[in-house]
Amino acid sequence: MSAFETTYREAIRQALLDAMQADPDIILIGEEVGLYGGAYGVTKGLIELYGAERVIDAPISEPGIVGVAVGAAMTGLRPVAELMYVDFVGLVMDQLANQAAKSRYMFGGQIGVPMVLRTQGGTGRSAAAQHSQSLEAWMLHVPGLRLVMPATVNDAYHLLREALRQPDPVVVIEHKGLYTMKGVLDVDTPDGEWGQPVIRRAGTDVTILSYSRMLHESLAAAEVLAGQGVQADVIDLRCLNPLDDTMIFESVRRTGRAMVVTEAALTGSVASEIAARIGEACFDWLEEPVLRIGGEDIPIPVSPALERGAIPSAALIAEAGLWLVKREAPAWAP
Amino acid sequence: MTQTNTAPLARYRTMRRIRSFEERVGELFLRGASAGSMLHLSIGEEAVVGVTAAMTEGDSFTTHHRGHGVFIGRGADPARMMAEIAGKEAGYCRGKGGSMHIADRALGHLGANAIVGGGIPHIVGAGLTYRNLRSGQVSVAFFGDGAMQQGILYESMNMAALWHLPVLFCCINNQYGMGTRVDRSAGKLAFSERAEAFGLTGARVDGTNVEAVHQVATALVAGARAGQPGYIEIDAYRFYGHARMDKSPYRDPEEEAEGRLRDPVVTARARLAVAGLADEADLARIDAEAATEMDAALEYAVEAVAPPLASMFEDVYAPGTAQPRPQRDRLAAILSEGSRA
Repeated sequence: MSAFETTYREAIRQALLDAMQADPDIILIGEEVGLYGGAYGVTKGLIELYGAERVIDAPISEPGIVGVAVGAAMTGLRPVAELMYVDFVGLVMDQLANQAAKSRYMFGGQIGVPMVLRTQGGTGRSAAAQHSQSLEAWMLHVPGLRLVMPATVNDAYHLLREALRQPDPVVVIEHKGLYTMKGVLDVDTPDGEWGQPVIRRAGTDVTILSYSRMLHESLAAAEVLAGQGVQADVIDLRCLNPLDDTMIFESVRRTGRAMVVTEAALTGSVASEIAARIGEACFDWLEEPVLRIGGEDIPIPVSPALERGAIPSAALIAEAGLWLVKREAPAWAP
Repeated sequence: MTQTNTAPLARYRTMRRIRSFEERVGELFLRGASAGSMLHLSIGEEAVVGVTAAMTEGDSFTTHHRGHGVFIGRGADPARMMAEIAGKEAGYCRGKGGSMHIADRALGHLGANAIVGGGIPHIVGAGLTYRNLRSGQVSVAFFGDGAMQQGILYESMNMAALWHLPVLFCCINNQYGMGTRVDRSAGKLAFSERAEAFGLTGARVDGTNVEAVHQVATALVAGARAGQPGYIEIDAYRFYGHARMDKSPYRDPEEEAEGRLRDPVVTARARLAVAGLADEADLARIDAEAATEMDAALEYAVEAVAPPLASMFEDVYAPGTAQPRPQRDRLAAILSEGSRA
């Protein structure tokens, strides 16, 4: 039986387990990945299976952890470094952006860095401003890095497996709010090709582009919109780099309307980049401005009431969609 | 002659070749043929040959931005090095890296680095690979006294000691981090004690005495290979400015004159003669051969061709995967008649 129901967390664990079984060069290194089993339980039990030489509990030295992974990758291992929270990426940005991402290029193609940086981000646990961010735009801005953000259980497995076959550094950003989400894992069948978006719901009136947890808010919004007679094409971007935008442009040229939805603070976000690309490539087909819907440009506050307000909701996406497609203004319209 | 007798002479030859190479790098710059002025000469630091000679084939290393001498010590081809410093296609990195990012997988050079301390954790990662594969290799980080004040060094030392990795940290203390003398950037200068505090075997050696450096390094490399990581500090003096444009106005001329008397190449030469391991004719011949070799490297670099423009899009990602799209292609896709509705 290759397809079964499981959680996002278990799918990632299964991917690590299967990958480590298939490739003895794969090691895990990070804080609490061994005895503790991972801060969110993703690596539970792996140290018992593969031992302390392959599942390495590191001291609290994030730059060192990533730097060691870079060196191990340069010399023949395939490390999976874990950064407990993407918020800590400020500590490791030199090793990630100046070392991992640039080595192949600077050294004229001689030395690649086939490593994976697993981390997680996003809101939902009242973890406050330093444990709740969505910093994927920082990674997207660095040539040489790959970046994927799984939204589904099946992608949580397959994107990580594929990341572990890539010759270059790949950052995998999971969402802390998705770990307990259930879904079907089919270990033989990925949701789509590496680097290709996936249409999660087909529609003709508006294209909604999203990824990670906001995909689910977008799908919920699409359900609301359907009740109002608006059919949304909901596209899961999944792989932010490499990203083949052909499917995005095809959809927008069909619907004439696009909304890009992200949890990240909007200014300088991935949504801004996607919106710019659509504006350039689909100008003649657009009926309306490309809408970006993102997190407010504020640090994430701890109060659950404020935290929920800081990021887009299905309601906001649906309201904006109705306004965009049917000119039906929401209650908060001026 | 026995191995014991020829080895010091070989080390002298390598030191002289480094000195000659660095002098030609200066000339390359003056001729306007270098790629930029970010050229950091290692003149005065040639005793590092004592460490590179203690490593064996298969061992790997990273260097800081002042790493020409280390690479020559590990067997680099000076012509390809000079071509890289000139930004030419024939260079080690096809003109993509230059002086500060030179590397060569074949010789175990995992990369020179222009971020102070940036390459240090990579040797710990290499050590992890060698430990896991039981390969018997050692990895060495070469860096300056500037990196002694970087946090990544101490994270690296701690992990190396914690996991008993086959690695060696080599600090070439030339007394200056750019324009700041080491006693203006550290409260306590006994750096090897810092290494020992983490559980490494630490040593500080006179940087005018390549044979002393070699003796200590040999023991430390052997220890590292057996799982006891080490630290060696070479006490040297940076003869010239930080980079080619820097005339070091921040240094006292007297200090500079005294510092340049601490010349590891001149010292090694004199000791070989005194020990009877070489006569003046032998040494003069070695010097002349080095000069001729490096003259040729300089000319090779000057004559070599620039990389083709299209190569700038190569090796951002691995061959066989999509590379970034040139801007003009994108603009054409947006603006050409056929692209509009």
